[in-house]
Amino acid sequence: MLHRAVIKNHTLEAQLFKRRALVAAIFCVLILLVLLSRLVYLQFFEFSHFSTLSENNRVHLSPLAPNRGLIYDRNGVVLAENRPSYQLELTPEQIKDMPETLLDLAEIVDLDEDTLKRFDRLLKRSNKFEGVPLRTKLSEEEVAKLAVNRHRFPGVEVKARLGRYYPMAKSMAHVVGYVGRIDENELKRIDETNYKGTTHIGKNGLERYYEDQLHGLVGYQNNEVNVQGRELRVLDKIPPVPGNNIWLTLDARLQQVAEKALQGYTGSVVVMKPHTGEILAMVSLPSFDPNLFVHGISHKNYKRLRDSPDRPLFNRSIKGQYPPGSTIKPFVGLGGLETKSIGHKEQINCTGHYLLPNEERKYRDWKKTGHGMVDLEKSIAESCDVYYYELSYRMGINRIHEFLHRFGFGEKTGVDLLGERAGLLPSREWKKRTRNKIWFPGETLITGIGQGYMLATPLQLASATSILSMRGKVYSPHLLSAIEVPGSEEKVNIVLPPREPVKLKREANWAYSINGMVSVLHGLRGTARNTGYGLDFKMAGKTGTAQVFGIAQDAEYDEETIAKKLRDHALFVSFAPYKDPQIVVAVIAENGSHGSSVAAPIARKIIDEWITNNKGTIAK
Amino acid sequence: MSKIQDKQYFPSFSLRLMRVLHLDHALMFGIGALLLVGLIVLYSAGDESSALIHRQLTRIALAVVVMLIIAQIPSSTLRFWSPWMYIVGVILLVLVLLMGDVGKGAQRWLDLGFIRFQPSEMMKLVTPMMVAWYFAEKPLPPSWRTLFIAAVLILVPTFLIARQPDLGTSLLIFAAGFFVLFLGGLSWRLMIGMCVLAASMLPVLWHFMHDYQRGRVMTLLDPGRDPLGAGYHIIQSQIAIGSGGVYGRGWLNGSQSHLNFLPEQSTDFIFAVFAEEFGLIGGLFLLVLYGFIIIRGLMIAAQGQDTYARLLGGSLSMTFFVYLFVNVGMVSGILPVVGVPLPLISYGGTSMVTLMAAFGMLMSINSHRKLWSK
Repeated sequence: MLHRAVIKNHTLEAQLFKRRALVAAIFCVLILLVLLSRLVYLQFFEFSHFSTLSENNRVHLSPLAPNRGLIYDRNGVVLAENRPSYQLELTPEQIKDMPETLLDLAEIVDLDEDTLKRFDRLLKRSNKFEGVPLRTKLSEEEVAKLAVNRHRFPGVEVKARLGRYYPMAKSMAHVVGYVGRIDENELKRIDETNYKGTTHIGKNGLERYYEDQLHGLVGYQNNEVNVQGRELRVLDKIPPVPGNNIWLTLDARLQQVAEKALQGYTGSVVVMKPHTGEILAMVSLPSFDPNLFVHGISHKNYKRLRDSPDRPLFNRSIKGQYPPGSTIKPFVGLGGLETKSIGHKEQINCTGHYLLPNEERKYRDWKKTGHGMVDLEKSIAESCDVYYYELSYRMGINRIHEFLHRFGFGEKTGVDLLGERAGLLPSREWKKRTRNKIWFPGETLITGIGQGYMLATPLQLASATSILSMRGKVYSPHLLSAIEVPGSEEKVNIVLPPREPVKLKREANWAYSINGMVSVLHGLRGTARNTGYGLDFKMAGKTGTAQVFGIAQDAEYDEETIAKKLRDHALFVSFAPYKDPQIVVAVIAENGSHGSSVAAPIARKIIDEWITNNKGTIAK
Repeated sequence: MSKIQDKQYFPSFSLRLMRVLHLDHALMFGIGALLLVGLIVLYSAGDESSALIHRQLTRIALAVVVMLIIAQIPSSTLRFWSPWMYIVGVILLVLVLLMGDVGKGAQRWLDLGFIRFQPSEMMKLVTPMMVAWYFAEKPLPPSWRTLFIAAVLILVPTFLIARQPDLGTSLLIFAAGFFVLFLGGLSWRLMIGMCVLAASMLPVLWHFMHDYQRGRVMTLLDPGRDPLGAGYHIIQSQIAIGSGGVYGRGWLNGSQSHLNFLPEQSTDFIFAVFAEEFGLIGGLFLLVLYGFIIIRGLMIAAQGQDTYARLLGGSLSMTFFVYLFVNVGMVSGILPVVGVPLPLISYGGTSMVTLMAAFGMLMSINSHRKLWSK
């Protein structure tokens, strides 16, 4: 160790230390006296005060759970409400022999293995003086039996609690979601103090997304209770603040019409107001009853829902990713005009198939005999594939990707639901990054007709169609319309600002693409002309048929022999009226085979319903 | 050794044993009494669980072994190793911040694969050792330059631990270092100046505090503010203490503790259980016992062999006092809730080992004195 010449006076230092140590000792004694005087204050002068609090009357602080906010549709139809249900609660500190009490109770009410296990878990987590729920949804008969036997079970109580109820049941399950018992993971996420006394939390859908709005603030009351735990009086009380009610953009009636129209198919319907982004209906079929989940779904029921091949729990509208098929054509066509790859009157000869230079493979049109000379309007109206093979070849994948991206393809729409998928808008970079393979020219062609790698959710299709119908104006699709503080009668309307619009170099180009979509319904050879009959205004749309699997070269295929699961998906996107669009509808019927015969009529039914209900608001 | 034996004829067996083991009998008496009280209260606080007592006994045994080993090490050896241990300690603290395990919202543990280790605990001993080592070489009272370097030596581990965040330990380490300065002759004027500065820095400190720490301070000022959350601890612990009265409710009879009103009743809030069951008289006895140990520690320090031994011994004794003050102050509601255990009584192994290691150092300072002066 380094020794430096320092002048140290050891005797002086020792004396200095002794003086300081003495000061420290005196300081310690003084502080100990402070502590002692605090004890004297608490235990001598305030003894009777604390003694009262503690001994004769124990003060039980009990949390008061706030009432959960209600959920309404745009017209005030209740989608989620709170209804009283009876539940059995046990207060551990008042029960001498828990196992025996449980055995005795099992003779009166129905207690299965799952119930007991869950009770055990809850028991470990709760305070001894708080009621722990054992059984929910007691029947009238069980409540009566318990009342008769009440004297046998000190510490066992039947309490009326408010439980969540969804009057529309299956109709809104995916969007509204449901609440369920708070689990371990959620306990870590939430502010435990604010959830004292609350047993349920939003698990899914809007119930989950707007949990903060719906939950409210916990209140509490101090109860004076005697040694047996009987409540004597309420000392003080801070009432809970109920959660806010939320109003949705959804129209329950339209939702049911849409559901009925799609009935028989698995699939999805998304209906939007293009000039605000409000979602009017969001259907995903098959559906499930969310009420099953509120009080703990039975294992059997859950297994049935989870393992069903039709995946009823899956919200197809935001999570289902489908090849958009021909519904992409109006967008690609618009991109062709915008990039000057083609003129709006320019014609391409369709012979029924298309050949890439230096390639053997035939790219087939859906119409074997071909469409003849085809311009943009005709290509949309008759859904000519060859036109788009040629156009895609001219544009190249980079420009297709760039243009479609502006309409939100390959990107989440940001709707107020959790778990939305982004779809897939392929590009050279994407293929290099994820598959480490180069892009082939043939892949550009099939991307141009919405096949190949490309995927979109029903919501994305509705949103993109909405942008097209509004000629570039972009409004975020959303479900929340207003927030209401209960009792105040005042709603705060939620209006989302428009997003960065899609700007074209030539505004006139919008009309060429839209005219094509009008011809789909009103043209002589429009693919959905049967759906367009009898309309007293003009609507625009585009049919689509998405291949579920590739068909071998030159092979004819017979729908009868293909199992239903392998049939093509039927798609239809539309808006009406085409000049001043009031409503946008996107329909996907899985394995529906044809967009024109299956999906388009579904959209027509929804639009008809909207018009009958909004007479006068639809411009003719 | 023979010289000492000549002075005191017929020393009892236990005194001779103490001397051979380098122990101080007064200190041993105080520690033993506290440990015993601790086990008695713990039995009540832990709902009469013998498993809990067994675990605590194992920890006590381990801690006593650590103390015995350290008591055999002369303070000159400790002094030699001080700077190296300090450097290693600071490196470990940085590692904890970079890659430590997170437990209960704070990052304190370092997983060495075979053992989970809390470097901040070691720094409670190593920081005063380091400052004492540094002072031992300098003339005292310290010059400005010496003071400045000493302040850096203290503040580096203090801030590293406050970042974890572990305010309790950080505070103890700061106190341990500060007491070396104080005992080394820090000028009174400077201390008053620092107090004024510290008071004026309070708003700045408030700005840097975590939300939960602010909540604790707010709760101290107004426990009714959040009776379900942070205020709950303080309210319940005061009810427990106050309802104990002068004579207490008697062992195993505390209703607050036995009905689980008290939070953390085996660890940080064990004093409330003690005060409920043994009353003001028990509290007085306990405070006197603690006072006795602290004064005895300061006396040992005052007779230390050299500056290093004196400063280290004095600082360790005073740190023990800070433990006591912060814990009892918190439980009785005059200080905010800071996670500091009641020394030698609270359930838990980490602080037990650290404290007993500190007592081992005091024993060593006491017993190696005469051997050295030869």
